[in-house]
Order: sequence, then structure tokens, then C-alpha cells
Amino acid sequence: MAMRWSAIPRLAWRESRTARRRLLLYMSSISLGVAALVAIDSFAANVQSSLKEQSRSLLGGDVSFTYNAQFPEDAQRALDTIAAHGTPVARVVSFGSMVLAPRSGGTRLAQVKAVGDGYPYYGAVETRPLGRWHDIQTGPRAVVDPALLIALDAKVGDSLRIGLGRFEIIGAVEAMPGDPGFAAAIGPRVYIAERYAAETQLLGFGSRASYEALVKLPSSVASDDWVKAYRARFQKQNVRVVTVTQRESNLTESIGQLADFLGIVGLIALLLGGIGVASGVNAFVSRKIETVAVLRCLGATSGQVLAIYVLQASVMGFLGAALGAALGIAIQFGLPLVLKDFLPVDVRVALDVKALLTGLGIGVWVALVFALRPLLGVRRVSPLQALRRDADALDRARARDLPTQLVNVALIGSVLALAFERAGSVRRGAGFAAGIAGSVLVLYLSAAALSWLARRIGTARWPYVVRQGLANLYRPGNQTRTVVLALGFGAFLVSTLFLVQANLLNQFNVTAAQSKANMILFDIQEDQRAGLDSIFSAEGQHVMGYSPIVTMKIAEINGVSGVRWAAAHAMPANHWTLRREYRSTYRDTVVSTERIVSGRWFGAATLPDSVTELSLDQDVAAQLKVTIGDRIAWDVQGVRVLSQLTSLRAVTWGRFEPNFFAVFATKGLVTAPKQFVTMAAVSADTTIARLQRQTVSRYPNVSSIDLSLVRRTVTEIIEKVSLAVRFLALFSLAMGVPVLFSAVAATRRDRLRESVLLKTLGATQSQIMRILLVEYALLGALGALAGMVLSFGGAWGLIHFVFKGSFSPAVGAAAAIAMLMMGLAVTIGLATSRDVFRETPMAALREN
Amino acid sequence: MLTATNLTKEYQSGNGRLAVLKQVSFSVPQGAFVAIVGPSGSGKTTLLGLLAGLDTPSAGAVSLDGVDITRMTEDQRALLRGQKVGFIFQSFQLIPTLTALENVQVPLELRGEDGAGDRARELLRRVGLGDRTGHFPAQLSGGEQQRVAIARAFSNQPRILFADEPTGNLDGATGERIVALLQELNRESGSTVVIVTHDIALAERTGRVIRLRDGEVVEDRPTAAANGDAG
Repeated sequence: MAMRWSAIPRLAWRESRTARRRLLLYMSSISLGVAALVAIDSFAANVQSSLKEQSRSLLGGDVSFTYNAQFPEDAQRALDTIAAHGTPVARVVSFGSMVLAPRSGGTRLAQVKAVGDGYPYYGAVETRPLGRWHDIQTGPRAVVDPALLIALDAKVGDSLRIGLGRFEIIGAVEAMPGDPGFAAAIGPRVYIAERYAAETQLLGFGSRASYEALVKLPSSVASDDWVKAYRARFQKQNVRVVTVTQRESNLTESIGQLADFLGIVGLIALLLGGIGVASGVNAFVSRKIETVAVLRCLGATSGQVLAIYVLQASVMGFLGAALGAALGIAIQFGLPLVLKDFLPVDVRVALDVKALLTGLGIGVWVALVFALRPLLGVRRVSPLQALRRDADALDRARARDLPTQLVNVALIGSVLALAFERAGSVRRGAGFAAGIAGSVLVLYLSAAALSWLARRIGTARWPYVVRQGLANLYRPGNQTRTVVLALGFGAFLVSTLFLVQANLLNQFNVTAAQSKANMILFDIQEDQRAGLDSIFSAEGQHVMGYSPIVTMKIAEINGVSGVRWAAAHAMPANHWTLRREYRSTYRDTVVSTERIVSGRWFGAATLPDSVTELSLDQDVAAQLKVTIGDRIAWDVQGVRVLSQLTSLRAVTWGRFEPNFFAVFATKGLVTAPKQFVTMAAVSADTTIARLQRQTVSRYPNVSSIDLSLVRRTVTEIIEKVSLAVRFLALFSLAMGVPVLFSAVAATRRDRLRESVLLKTLGATQSQIMRILLVEYALLGALGALAGMVLSFGGAWGLIHFVFKGSFSPAVGAAAAIAMLMMGLAVTIGLATSRDVFRETPMAALREN
Repeated sequence: MLTATNLTKEYQSGNGRLAVLKQVSFSVPQGAFVAIVGPSGSGKTTLLGLLAGLDTPSAGAVSLDGVDITRMTEDQRALLRGQKVGFIFQSFQLIPTLTALENVQVPLELRGEDGAGDRARELLRRVGLGDRTGHFPAQLSGGEQQRVAIARAFSNQPRILFADEPTGNLDGATGERIVALLQELNRESGSTVVIVTHDIALAERTGRVIRLRDGEVVEDRPTAAANGDAG
């Protein structure tokens, strides 16, 4: 007679009766991982759909043409033709300038945007008071970032000096399409009308202004089609052309990268959860051995028994994943609030069904694959187990049978597939998978070493409770490996996040501390140096010497044009290194923020008089594909200067000192038109403000920055980032808890039985407590320590390869985290064993 | 008919092999009530496991109704157990998460029989637990748990029932009632009953005693009760 499979679901349901909560707890190990995936994926989808909706207002028009000076003549003619055909073209001129509020005396370097009528074509500008945006077109008026009003101690109605012009502040900008709030913190915006920009008299020769022309197309015209007719013509003159769709795809790409990074954190959460599921289900199966044996005696086949438990695990796995998905949705709704300052668009939060189903699907799959490995064990339970407990529980011969091997393959395959899918590229995916495998291996070996050591170091002279606690680490069925793995992985993640954060912050502090200067002045004309010196000496201060700045472009490399050089070296024709306007300097000494890495500094080479020596930043040289000995001809504002590359420098860019991609020997450039930049170490903040005011009053073209203000701003930004990092770390810590619970639960029953036996034999509560304490403290210490060591490797890799910085181990912070993890292990260990203290020996013995 | 032929079971022990059962042979006709007795370590439980197809012998054969079960796969034996064999254990071995009624229903449901609930209720009533069908094992006394186990063992109307120390965990009076119940069911259903016990008084109430010592049959005789009972 055939067995009835239809009875399986009912039996599975009934049989799960008392174990549902426990099984759900094990399965909830994956919840946080699913939550992370759902939150990140749907948030990324939200951002992308918002970008799509708002991409026109991000750009302000359909096509944007930009140039970092007045448009070249031919480009200008083309723009005029476009306008003459009735296509609206709005101009925007952007330049940095000191602004001064005469009433309060406050000064600040601001980003001035002189905009033409109609700007922006898409999206609405909100001002306070309402509706002032268009009024700037009707006179010398300005609307400004609210942050600027605070910095200048000014208010609406005050006048504002920009260069030599005076403007009335008529409102504050509450919202500007395409401008994240974050940007205003660095360079607060001042908006004036383009037609009044000339009044500042800042746009003459040598000024650093960028020019933009925004085109509005009829809605029936696709910007990418329209721009085809113009692209080549503009690009030939190095005018940058961006359409709405390009802008959108660029932003989508950066958001995608961020989502990839967060996705990896989510994936690690999920895999860690998988380990939790596996050890929890292992515990579950070991409790079910007798029931399985009885079912087998009653005629259930091994397949039917397996089906019962796979069914239970599936349902609970689904519930665990669903719980995670619900949590993910909640997090998703919170994310825009945390991240709004960093995002260029208003994110409309909506439930993304695809992300939800993907997260749910991946979660159930991971839970099942990880649960299946221990569940297969039920097939190996011999019915003889019902007769005698000590019968060989698991038939060893079947431990390596085909289904087990298949599950192993599925497990490894799933991890790899998820790594590739999440990491975005095969190379990164492989690196990621290798990293996980390496970490697991290190943790596993550490645990094995601990077991080995525990077996050897205990001596009879040690107190009994210590010996017993040590013995628990290596006795059959010990939990050393699972706990060390779960704990170590958690410690690894949390500690890595903190180390990266500490290093990034530290790096900034170090570079900021190394510069004594707290004030930087630039755009200084040659004849203004003496006057500036006298302003400073009147306050008892002095500047640290003037660095000349000469603007130039690359004309030829080794006798061929940039375009041909690019073609010959597999570079895009408009590569930034070929196109950019270099702000170079000349000097005969190496400064403290740079060192020669290749070739020799000026004076070593003998060159004809017509060729000047050149030193390049090593990264720029690499991107330009030039090497020592190559000759670069520069267009220095119409004059051709031929140089030969004689050295490469490694430059520390993080510091405030002026650094340069290209440095020339003095004799080659000394006659070129130039401006100067200088720094000063001013003794008091109030003096900085006074010096800024006097400088801007006398030389409106000179910009100055109070670096202490910049430091404060950067610190604020870093703090926001730190908050996000701390959230991630907390999240990693939180996901370790159910995993640890599962790991500890795996051996809970043996522990309970043993402790009860010890009690029966006369052990006191406190002795049992101390035995457990020794065991969990050792497990916790090892897991945390191994995780900490791994995190040094992980953080070093991230800092070195991703952030390109130098790594210094923050041992204090890592040790604090390790202590925390150890405390967590002891707490969870004792909490799980609370039955030992609560139950009488009799009650527990009866259970057997 | 249950037949054991030259049953031998050896275990690897250190560098030698330890024989727990040595060339055990006997046969039990259908409907008999047999006790296997012997001191601890004599091989009683090992023999029971082999007879019931819970384990495989190192040598020899077991046939049930003319079929050699030692040549079956584990899953084939599981099917056979579901159809022909019932079990009673010393520690009752009820599934703790199922009610008394559900425990009795399990073999019936695994066999796919209709009316499993009614039959299980009838069996529970028969063992005197008609009013405790909804109770979980933990809510029942030891004697009640063993009665549920007996009801479960008889639920699939087994050709043969194996009982491993069925009264070992029970007090004397309760043990008495359990034995009486087994005798009654043996008579009524015609099932063969094989009991493993070291309780001599209990063994004497069956129809035949097979005594083991050090893995060998040292005695095989009918009891005094055999004259009055089936044997």
C-alpha cells in the first residue's frame, strides 16, 4: 500500500505545535538581511524613478552647454542661431566671489549664479518671502541661500556687495531644483540676474567663471535627437554638452554604486543569517531525533520525515523573510529623512513590488538552502533510536550521499550567485566571495585552534569550574565553531565599519592639523601683493608667500594634437586630462605636500632653452599616458610653451596647501600672465573676519576663505556620514543577536541535561553559572578577537584600495567593540541557559 | 509467522569485533505471545531491533510471513512496519507535540486510511482513555501514556507487535493493567506479541519464554500460562 503524502502537511502542522516559536526565532536570523535588501533595493528604485521624473528640473532645461570661460566665438554663434530660430536659451554665469554685507560687516566666499530670464525652465524655485524669484530680473537684486544670511548676519532687505556691485537681498532660496542642500554648506549660493552680472566687474580677464546655456525644447522633441546636429560642433571647441537623459543616467549610475555597496552589507547580513538558520535548525533537528525515530518505527519513510521538516522550515523561513520584508519597508520610509541632504531629488517613497518580491524570494531561498543541510540529517535517524538513545544516531555512511552533496553545491552556488548579483561585476563578486570564504576559514581555524588548545592547557591544579568550562569547548558536539563563526563575523563587520570611519575622520584631522594656515586667499593680481601685505602687517599678521598660478591647456603631446594622442592611446578624445584648463605653477623647490616618485627634480636635465622642465602629478601622468622624457606643448593664454616631463610627483591632495597637477621650472613661465594664491596663519578668528572685510573692500576680486569655517563644515558633513555608518554598525550588531541565539541554542539541550546532572550531583547554582561564564567568556573573547583581527585586514583593504588612504589601526575602538561582542556572547549564553537555573533537577530529568 | 535464522550481530570494538548476538534461531507462529528475557547486556534489545527490522544483522536472516526483511532497503522496511508491525516502548515514545488522539492517528494517516479519527477514538476508548483524547503526553500519567502507546500500536491492526520493557517505567499495579490489556488485545486481534523484559513475573504470563545470555539462546520453553492462553 502506498504511503499517503497528503497526510504530510497536516502532520507537519501538528508536529510543529510547540516548536513554532523556536523555529521562527531561528528563521528570523535572516529577517534583518531581507530587511536590508528590501530597504536598499526599493529605496534605490524610488530614487531612480524620482530621478526620471525630476531629471528635467535637475538640469533646469533639456540640453545644457557649459564652458569654463566665455563661450568660444563659434559656439557663441551657434547658440545665437539656436535662439534666433525661436528655441528658448537661458544663460547662467557662475563664479566664486567674496560677498560683503555692509550693514553687519560680514563677509563670505559665495558661489554667485547670474541667471538669464526663464531659468530654470523646469521645476519651481521656492523663496521666502514667497514669489521673489522672478523679481531678481527687474533690478540689481539677489536671492541667497538661507545659510548665507546666517553667515553674514544679514536679513532680507539688506544690501549685499559682490565685487564692485551692490545688490538688494530680496529673499532666501528655500528650494532650488537640482541643488542638494548639502552643496549650499560648502559654497552658499547667491542668485542675481545675468544682465546685472557686469556690475560686479568680476568677469574680466583672468576671472574664473563658468558659462552655461540652457535650451528648452518643445516636449515633442527628444533632446538626444535634437542635440545630434550640434554635438560635434560644440565638442570641437571643448564645450560640454549634457542632455536630460545623460544627466539622468549619470546620477542613476552613482546611486546604483551606492546601492551596490549597501547591498553587499545586506548580503553579508543575509549570509550571516544563513549561518544562524543552519545552527538553529541543527539544534532543532537534534531535539527531534526521538520523534523522527518513532515516526520511522510507525512506518514513515525517510523521504516523508524529511518532507515534514522541510515543510515546517519553509513556512517558518517564509515568515522570517516576510518579517524582514515588512521591516525593510519601514526602514525604506525612514531613509529619505536621513539622506535628504545628500540627494539631488525629492524622493517619492513608494512600495517597490520587484524589490519586495526579490528580497522575499532571496530570503526564503537562503533560509531553505542553509536549513536543508542540517535537515538532511533527519533521513539518517535510525528507527533504533526509539529503542535506545545511545544507538548510533546518524548513519555515517549517508553523511556524504548524493542529496547532501547536491545541497552543498546549491549552498556554495547560491553564495556565489548572490555575490555576483549584488557586487555588480564578476571581478568584484569573485573578490567578495573570496573575502567571505577567507573570513570563514580564518574563523573556523581559530575555533579549531581554541578547541585544540583548551584540550591541552587545562591542568588538574585549576579550579573545577574553569576546567569544566574549558572542557565544554572541545567535548563532542561542542558549539565552539558555530559561536566563534557567528560572533567573529559580527565583530568583523562592526569593527570594519568603525575602523573605516575612524580612519577617514583621522585622515582629515591629520591633514588639517598639519596645515597651520587657517586662511587662504586667491585670485590675487601681481600688483595687489604689496597692498595685501600691508593689510596683514597692520593687523600684526603676515602671509606665507605667494604661489603663482598660470592657466593653460595642452596643445600637443610629442608633436601630435590631443585628439590624435587620444586616438593613439585608446583614450576618449574628450578625456578630462586633455580638455581641462590646468592651473599650474612654477617654482624651483619641492614642497612638503609632495615627493618625487620618478625622474629627477628641476636642474638635473640639460635641455635646449626653448624647452622648459615639467613635473606632473603621477596620477594625471598615468591618465595622460605620458612618461618621463615626453614633450608636452602648452597653450598659455595664446602663447606656446614647450615642456619636457622630467619628474613625477606623489601629491597629498587632502591638505589645504595649494597643490598642482603641473609644476614648471621658474624660468619657463615667469613671464606668463598669472595670479597668485597665498595662505596665512592668523592668530584669532575675529582677526580673520576683519582681514577678510578689509581685503574685499580694497580688492573685490580677491577671494578669501576662513579655513576654520571650512573645517567645521566638513566636520559637520563627516558627522552626518558617521551617523549613517553608526546606523549600519548598529544594524550589523543587531543582526548578530538572533544568529548568536541560534548558535547557542544548538547545544542548549545537552547543556541543560548536563547542568541538571551536575546539580543532582551537588553543584550549586553559582558553580554552574561560573562554568557557563568561563565557557562563554572564552568563546566570546576568541570570536571577538578573531573578528577584530579580520577587521584590520578588511578596513586596511577598504582604506587602501577604495579610499586611497593610509591605514592606521584604531586599536582602542576595535578593542571596545571586541569587549562589547564578548559581553553580548556571555549575556546571550547565560540568557539561553536560564532554564538551568530555573528548573529543579527532577523536572528536567523527567523531561528525558 | 516470524522466523529468525542464525541471527548474528557484531560491533567494531577497539581492534576486535564484539558479538552481541550469536547464531540465534527460533520461530514464532502467528498469534503467539512470547517473552524474550535475560539480564542486562544479554542482547535482548538488539534482538528485538533486528526482529522488527529497525536494524540489520551482521549475518543471518529474519523473515516475516515468509518475506526476508533483512534483504529490504530501509524505506521498504519502513513501509512494512507501517503495514504489519506495531511498537510499544519502555519510555512510551509518544510524540510530545501531538495530542493522544493525534498520536494514535499517525500510523493510520501514514497509511492513508479513511476514518482515522473514528478508529483512533475507538482504540482510546478501548484502552480506557476515551475522555482524554485531547490531552498532550505531558498531561498524562505514565500508565496513561503507555495505554496511548498501546492504542497507537494496535491502530494499524499489526500482524506482529513488539514491546520493549513495556512496564519498565511503571509501578506494579499499573504494570499489571498494561499486561492485562496486552493479553486481551492479543486474544482479540490475533496479532503476534513479542515482549522484551527482565520482569520474570510478567514473562510467565505470556505463552513462551526465550532466555538469552551473552547473546545466545539458553532456554526456549512454553510457560505454565500457555496451557490456558494462546501459544
